[in-house]
Amino acid sequence: MNRLSVTGLRVRYGPIEAVRGLDLEVGPGEIVALLGANGAGKTSTLSAIAGLVPPSGGRILLDGEDVTGLPAEALARRGVGLVPEGRRVFASLTVAENLLLGGAVHAPPPERRARLRRMEDRFPVLGERRDQKAGLLSGGEQQMLAIARVLMAAPRLLLMDEPSLGLAPQMVERVFDLIAQLRSEGLTILLVEQNVPMSLDIANHGVVLANGRVSLRGTARDLLASDAVRGAYLAG
Amino acid sequence: MGTLLQQTVNALSLGGVYALLALGLATVFSIVRLINFAHGEVMTIAGYGIWWALLLALPAPVAILAGVAVAVGAALAMERIAFRPMRGADVTTLLITSFAVSEIIKVLFQNGISARPVPIVLPAWLTSTIDLGAVRIGMISVVSIAAVVLALGAMALLLRRTPLGLAMRAAAEDFAVVRLMGIKANHVVALAFAISGALAGIAAVLWVAQRGSVDPLMGATPVLKAFIATVLGGLGSLGGAVLGGFVVGAVEVFLQGFLPEAALPYREAISLSIIIGLLVLRPDGLWPAANVSRS
Ligand SMILES: Nc1ncnc2c1ncn2[C@@H]1O[C@H](COP(=O)(O)OP(=O)(O)OP(=O)(O)O)[C@@H](O)[C@H]1O
Ligand SMILES: [Mg+2]
Repeated sequence: MNRLSVTGLRVRYGPIEAVRGLDLEVGPGEIVALLGANGAGKTSTLSAIAGLVPPSGGRILLDGEDVTGLPAEALARRGVGLVPEGRRVFASLTVAENLLLGGAVHAPPPERRARLRRMEDRFPVLGERRDQKAGLLSGGEQQMLAIARVLMAAPRLLLMDEPSLGLAPQMVERVFDLIAQLRSEGLTILLVEQNVPMSLDIANHGVVLANGRVSLRGTARDLLASDAVRGAYLAG
Repeated sequence: MGTLLQQTVNALSLGGVYALLALGLATVFSIVRLINFAHGEVMTIAGYGIWWALLLALPAPVAILAGVAVAVGAALAMERIAFRPMRGADVTTLLITSFAVSEIIKVLFQNGISARPVPIVLPAWLTSTIDLGAVRIGMISVVSIAAVVLALGAMALLLRRTPLGLAMRAAAEDFAVVRLMGIKANHVVALAFAISGALAGIAAVLWVAQRGSVDPLMGATPVLKAFIATVLGGLGSLGGAVLGGFVVGAVEVFLQGFLPEAALPYREAISLSIIIGLLVLRPDGLWPAANVSRS
């Protein structure tokens, strides 16, 4: 059974229809890359799956359970985690407070502390700066914090919205390494990215969106080799 | 020297009440972007709660607790009945809703009980004075200052040390992401209203103790001052609201105490001019909110 199965998803904002009948599947332990130009509807798709915007049509199944239209807090409790576009860490809270909030409803206090320690071991920079305000971290450090914060919830489906956006090249490398590593630990990931080659490099499958519809889909390997993707994104 | 000490105590006790009210307003505003004009009526309801409890011959401490409990209940009921259906509406719509709630409650008290003040008799020790040589300080002022310090301390602990407090601070910054953490929006909003109600209830106890009566407009004036305090402190900033409350209280008391007789009728005008002057110097307030929420 698929971890996530989306059929005929529609999202509209007043007169604008941002997603127009999207089908998408993510198997357990897979990375699926959701690609597409600015305004294609990638963030809208993730927002609907995370419950931040109600879908105007279609169905969303999580491990076979119909979760269409549930609010964000209910989906989070069912194990859907989102690393939002632009990181959105709580700037006025400390690093440790951001992390603890990430696990607030998912683990009782002793387990939460244990997870916090594991995150601080995994991301040493977060451990060193645990009592600093998150707003003082660099962009790359904030991205690590946003990822660690959602990992505190031990999600069964991880949605990531452009985690490499605006980061320095070696930081981008680290983020992609981390995502591949998370999969090897068993996480299921739906990855929205503009960095097409690096995403397809680590993904199992890819879906390309254009104007709210799927324009191309396939295994990551096939997409990397396809003329359409090479022409549009890999320039030569 | 004597009067300076006396006036300082008065300024702290009056400013403390404004600070509690302003903190309640700022707590709600920081989370739901609602400027709650009915906050004064929460205070009024608490005042009548105390009056009613005393009529039933309950002991004063019980009456005080009842007043605070009634205020919490009133604030939660307002949220549930009037504001939750308007969640997500723009600031103006919310503001007008709160005006309506405020007017309805005032009229209910005017017609249901009386437009005139009803007296409240408090225990003698509360109305006693402390003699320090030449200086006499009202017991109620000392109690007020102590109550304000305790309430502010408890609030700081709640916000810094508890998961729901963390969620409230986070929600003031980015409510959507707090929901992504699995924290229920309704809980956070209800907690904000409950806190604002408790603070208004404590303010009502102190206000009633200082004045000895309750009337349907009781909350209107102090909450107006508290609004000024939140703007002076920096709209949406909790620390700013507290600071603003003390500044507004101090300006009011010191002008009353030290202005020459002839200038006294202009006291309010002078005090507002001072506050406008402070805002011209610091347009974002004395202690602005660290970050503006995206919604
Ligand atoms: N809250 C909103 N209200 C109105 N229109 C919106 C809203 N959010 C997105 N849109 C519109 O929906 C369309 C899809 O936007 P979306 O953010 O999903 O695209 P995206 O693929 O994530 O783009 P980007 O790569 O720039 O992040 C765009 O035309 C956008 O202007
Ligand atoms: Mg986007």
